[in-house]
Amino acid sequence: MMKTGRYLIKQISVFSENRPGRLAAIAKALEEENVNILAFSIAEADGFGVVRALVDNPKKAHEKLTGIGFNVAFTDVIAVKMRDTPGGLYEIAKMLGDGQINIEYSYAYSGKEGAVLILRVDDADQAVRLIASCGATLLESSVFQ
Amino acid sequence: MMFWDPRIEEMPREELQRLQYRLLKTLVYRLYSFSPFYHDRMKKAGVHPDDINVLADIRKLPFMYKRDLRDNYPDKIFVAGQDDLVRYHVSSGTTGKPTVVGYTRNDLDNWTASLARGLTSCGLGRGDVLQVSYGYGLFTGGLGLHYGAERLGATVLPTSVGNTERQIELMQDLHTTAIACTPSYLLHMGEVAEKMGVNIRDDTSLRMGILGAEPWTDTMKARIEEWLGIKAYDIYGTSELSGPMFSECSEQKGFHVWGDLAFIEVLDPETGESLGPGEKGELVVTMLQKEALPMIRYKIGDITSYEDGVCACGRTHPRVMRISGRVDDMLIIRGINVFPSQIEYALMTVPEVGQHFQIIVDRKGALDDMLVRVEVSRESFSDKITDLMGIRKNVEHKLRNTLNVAVNVELVEPGSLPRFEGKAKRVIDRRQL
Repeated sequence: MMKTGRYLIKQISVFSENRPGRLAAIAKALEEENVNILAFSIAEADGFGVVRALVDNPKKAHEKLTGIGFNVAFTDVIAVKMRDTPGGLYEIAKMLGDGQINIEYSYAYSGKEGAVLILRVDDADQAVRLIASCGATLLESSVFQ
Repeated sequence: MMFWDPRIEEMPREELQRLQYRLLKTLVYRLYSFSPFYHDRMKKAGVHPDDINVLADIRKLPFMYKRDLRDNYPDKIFVAGQDDLVRYHVSSGTTGKPTVVGYTRNDLDNWTASLARGLTSCGLGRGDVLQVSYGYGLFTGGLGLHYGAERLGATVLPTSVGNTERQIELMQDLHTTAIACTPSYLLHMGEVAEKMGVNIRDDTSLRMGILGAEPWTDTMKARIEEWLGIKAYDIYGTSELSGPMFSECSEQKGFHVWGDLAFIEVLDPETGESLGPGEKGELVVTMLQKEALPMIRYKIGDITSYEDGVCACGRTHPRVMRISGRVDDMLIIRGINVFPSQIEYALMTVPEVGQHFQIIVDRKGALDDMLVRVEVSRESFSDKITDLMGIRKNVEHKLRNTLNVAVNVELVEPGSLPRFEGKAKRVIDRRQL
């Protein structure tokens, strides 16, 4: 059995009211702690939002943000390398679909080493095994953190 | 000028006061003998029925409050037995518990007669069609107006609240001449009618509105009268008095409080001193003839003033001006009484949100809109949007069940709502009446 733990990356999720300045407050706090944001997304619901971010030091980020009053939670996500050419996303999405893995949400970034897809799925262990067995590249959490 | 009961309505003031004294004396003896609750109250206040020897002696009697009904839920202070009760109504209390009022046959008769007099005094009569757009059911508004108007021979169209488009169609098809509802609902109706291409002033037979159950102002009255081309009459009451009870006459200078049914005082809310005509204070009402649930010196919490002189319409009974405010933090949302304490109580049952909250009341179009802001607790925050939406839905549901009025809920960050030392100011009322 493959060890999946090292592919589970700690994302921070921050509850935010839907009003001007909230993202700035979060970003400023992270800057003050010298925490680097590698990727992030904002999910918007009626009147509030959840800011999700991959950072190089999630523990420090959590402490800082909680300290200034934010509601913060850790969530496990996985990161998959994508081809940065047309069809890159399709390959990964098809693989997950065929394997009956449901994506709860996802965001992507295109870095120096290529494109990376961040995924929150219903069953991370199973997703890791499937992706590895299909020959795609998963990024270990140590790459970020 | 039409009168429903001219003997009473034009009764000379001295005779009316003698009648009030007799009714008060009888009432106090009855309660001292048959109401353990009020007997106890009088004992504690050191007053005996024999101490009531002139009408002004009413000031010796102890007050009653809304909380007396709540504390004695559901019917512990009723004086009538089950065999004599013919109806219940239920309204929301200041906390989670509602308050129950009960009626004997005579109570219903007096309630209906009071409205028959009032509605006649503002010109409603046989041949009129009164659309009753107050809620029917546990709320007193619908059934109260219904029986009052039927008694005087008007045709009642019991539309109750909601389904505004259908209300407007029926208003046209059945030639409604009068409507009973909250002033804000009537304004809303006017807006909906315009969207339907119906102009209430020109395309309907509506000529009068009997409007109440929420605070309103001269500005709103002027707008309703000018825009809709009708006369707007104020009506006042609360379930503890029976329901909607007293309405304005054609002079539109305050609602007549029938002296044979009720005795009013206006007191300085700070000192408790009795105030004279024209002076603003807290309205205190004693119901002189209620059987099932007598109310003595009941402090409703409304701020207003009264006029004592004989009205130009010929009626000798005192008039009370439109309610201008509250002594407590009660809000009226779409005609329904809402106390912030009810919200506090409801939130205690939802551990996912803290006990801090803020209420923002606004008018969206003509209707009241209430937003309750609550903080998501740290323990219950998860990354899942659906969980957060679920918390919000749950709070909305709980508040709706407690308050009987639809509420929007906004989730806010923990610690972001103002904290108070001493008296909390949790309500932001942005309504421009």
